[in-house]
Amino acid sequence: MAAFDEMLPEVSGLRRPYEAYDRWLKEQDPARLTQKMQDAERVFRKTGITFAVYGEQEASERLIPFDIVPRILSGQEWRRLTQGIEQRVQALNAFLDDIYHRQEILRAGRVPRELVAKNEAFLPEMIGVRPPAGVYTHIIGVDIVRISENEFYVLEDNARTPSGVSYMLENRETMMQLFPELFQKIKVRPVENYPQLLRQSLAAVRPQSAKGAPTIAVLTPGSYNSAYFEHAFLADQMGVQLVEGQDLRVVDGHVAMRTTEGYKQIDVLYRRVDDAFLDPLTFRPDSALGVPGIMDVYRAGNITIANAPGTGIADDKAIYSYMPEIVEFYTGRKAILGNIPTWRCSEPDSLKYVLEHISELVVKEVHGSGGYGMLVGPAATKKECQEFAKKLQAKPSNYIAQPTLALSTCPILTEKGLSPRHVDLRPYVLVSDRIQIVPGGLTRVALKQGSLVVNSSQGGGTKDTWVLDD
Amino acid sequence: MLLGRTANGLYWMNRYIERAENMARLVDAGLRMALTRTQNASEEWNSVLLSAGSDYAFSQKYQDYTAANVSDFLLRDTSNPSSTMSSIETARNNARMVRTALTRETWESINEAWMSLKRMLARPIDERDLPTVLDAIKRETALIRGSFYGTMLRNEIFDFSQLGTYVERADNTARILDVKYYVLLPSLSWVGSTLDNYQWESILRSVSAHRSYRWVYEADYKPTNIADYLILNVRMPRSLTFCYRFLGEHLKFLADDYGERHACHATAEKIQALLKRGSIKDIFDHGLHEFLAEFIRDNTRLGDEIAQDYRFH
Repeated sequence: MAAFDEMLPEVSGLRRPYEAYDRWLKEQDPARLTQKMQDAERVFRKTGITFAVYGEQEASERLIPFDIVPRILSGQEWRRLTQGIEQRVQALNAFLDDIYHRQEILRAGRVPRELVAKNEAFLPEMIGVRPPAGVYTHIIGVDIVRISENEFYVLEDNARTPSGVSYMLENRETMMQLFPELFQKIKVRPVENYPQLLRQSLAAVRPQSAKGAPTIAVLTPGSYNSAYFEHAFLADQMGVQLVEGQDLRVVDGHVAMRTTEGYKQIDVLYRRVDDAFLDPLTFRPDSALGVPGIMDVYRAGNITIANAPGTGIADDKAIYSYMPEIVEFYTGRKAILGNIPTWRCSEPDSLKYVLEHISELVVKEVHGSGGYGMLVGPAATKKECQEFAKKLQAKPSNYIAQPTLALSTCPILTEKGLSPRHVDLRPYVLVSDRIQIVPGGLTRVALKQGSLVVNSSQGGGTKDTWVLDD
Repeated sequence: MLLGRTANGLYWMNRYIERAENMARLVDAGLRMALTRTQNASEEWNSVLLSAGSDYAFSQKYQDYTAANVSDFLLRDTSNPSSTMSSIETARNNARMVRTALTRETWESINEAWMSLKRMLARPIDERDLPTVLDAIKRETALIRGSFYGTMLRNEIFDFSQLGTYVERADNTARILDVKYYVLLPSLSWVGSTLDNYQWESILRSVSAHRSYRWVYEADYKPTNIADYLILNVRMPRSLTFCYRFLGEHLKFLADDYGERHACHATAEKIQALLKRGSIKDIFDHGLHEFLAEFIRDNTRLGDEIAQDYRFH
């Protein structure tokens, strides 16, 4: 399956967004580039930009490999993408508000009721609760894939706690350190104000009870969490406190943190802890990561939790297949960004098709993430397919299937020069009284030749993503 | 505004950085003694372990007090929570936890120290390489200290860090003195024998003060001068008085900033007053060992009070 290469497609030759970069690249001494690649790794290790891999004692801190060839989008391509993303994000928030209130979309029969009611990500505790400023999902990472010059699809809406934005920022920082002259030659739109925008965005959705400038904090599960670096990084860049559950308690109807001078009220909590762990009194009683009673404070309107509890219902993979209907239902217009055709295995006809074509499809768990628990048919052995088929038959509603798309490629630098690898793109979206999208995002790249799995836990790497100021 | 947990992390991060270096210094002094004396090397290593507070744990694992065993236990054994490797690891874990309170330079210096020492201490140390390893440990901790002092804002974050440093350092100096207090007693010999001279130099060496001593006192080692130097000298950066000067100062900054005094302030002032009032002769008259034992107890209490007063937990 021939993939569309974003730099050098076979048919049309070098694409315009890459022209200036290509000129620069041809002037470079290959040995110097190799050296720069090693420099990059040293920078990342020194600053401690690592992620923890579960179940690997020895290499408990690993780097996400970084490739020094940027992924480049033209201003025009970006504008088209952002229109589609904005529309989608509006629809996601409208859907959440509806699902937890009047449920019009269920009444209209556009989304099956049982898909929501029986969904683990749907929180009955949120019914009738309206978050401060009416925003449910404040920070969204929309995973986008491309298969040709003009075809972009949304692969996943990450509406809970999307991660990776620190890599977007550090990748740019590293590129600017390694190749300052490139940024003189080529005008790239900046991404480094993301933490500032995030802070403003969180402040804008503070609860009405917050007087004056709101106190904001980032809630992390702790320094052993795989994304701890990012939590610390964002708190640091925003200039807010990084708190753990053990620092917090409910004092006089507000969430407060234990400081060296006693308890201080928090108004906005950017939580990087899953719903289930947020409040042991409401959700998992064994959770030590959350704050007992925070849901009561939330219901009383005395704290903003970003993203709101229960947003997972919007990025559930089973709900995903209804996104075209959802977008149209709330915005009154066709979705600008399409979905990848998806078979819901809960439907008997679809299940039959999927079982018959399993070796051609990508089959995913409805609630899975991070590339775990999925089958890439064309890359799997016959035995793997058969085993997966058994799991599928045992619990069909747990799976969806999609065609194996020829994801676009972008070259990476290897020892033998440039070589194409499949990529995807995760732009980061901030929602408050407005929607803001930083020009760029995180490009994830499958480093193994031919591989379609870009997740860092499965051997994926990252690239700096450029949106040209043209 | 500072989280209690963050203050706790800063405090222990600095205690462990200090401890990592102290272990190297103790081994250095022990090595020196073992090199210059042919007999009783095992006794010297025993006092090194006593000063490190690790004698009991060591005896559970080893029978022989040899250079190889002791340096391995104090420098690289991760089952010993006070070894240099464990200390650097704990310091880094704390630094990771309080990362948002540290400058990039400080964090990176700790992270790099951890990476380089982990590599260096991965395998048993060849005795011939021991001096190089000890130098490397001191250099790494010096780099941490340098980036810390050079880049950190002098606010409460700095205060809690310094409290950790000086509580640990005061404890360390007091223990070194207490383990060897008998060689400083005037009753044993006023005129130092060669043997005593080695002992005295070893004490000074374990606090990196064998050269600076001569700048302050006369060329000869005298037990009262050594005790005076390590306990009462205001300028000597590892003396008890010096440590308490800074503990007092940083506690005062906190009291002024927060507008509140706590039990720890009273304790620190009590200890400071004791150090200010006494001459070295008074201390010897009172009993050097008794003085040091009380000091170590009070110093530990101060640490506990700081943790409680500033809501570390």
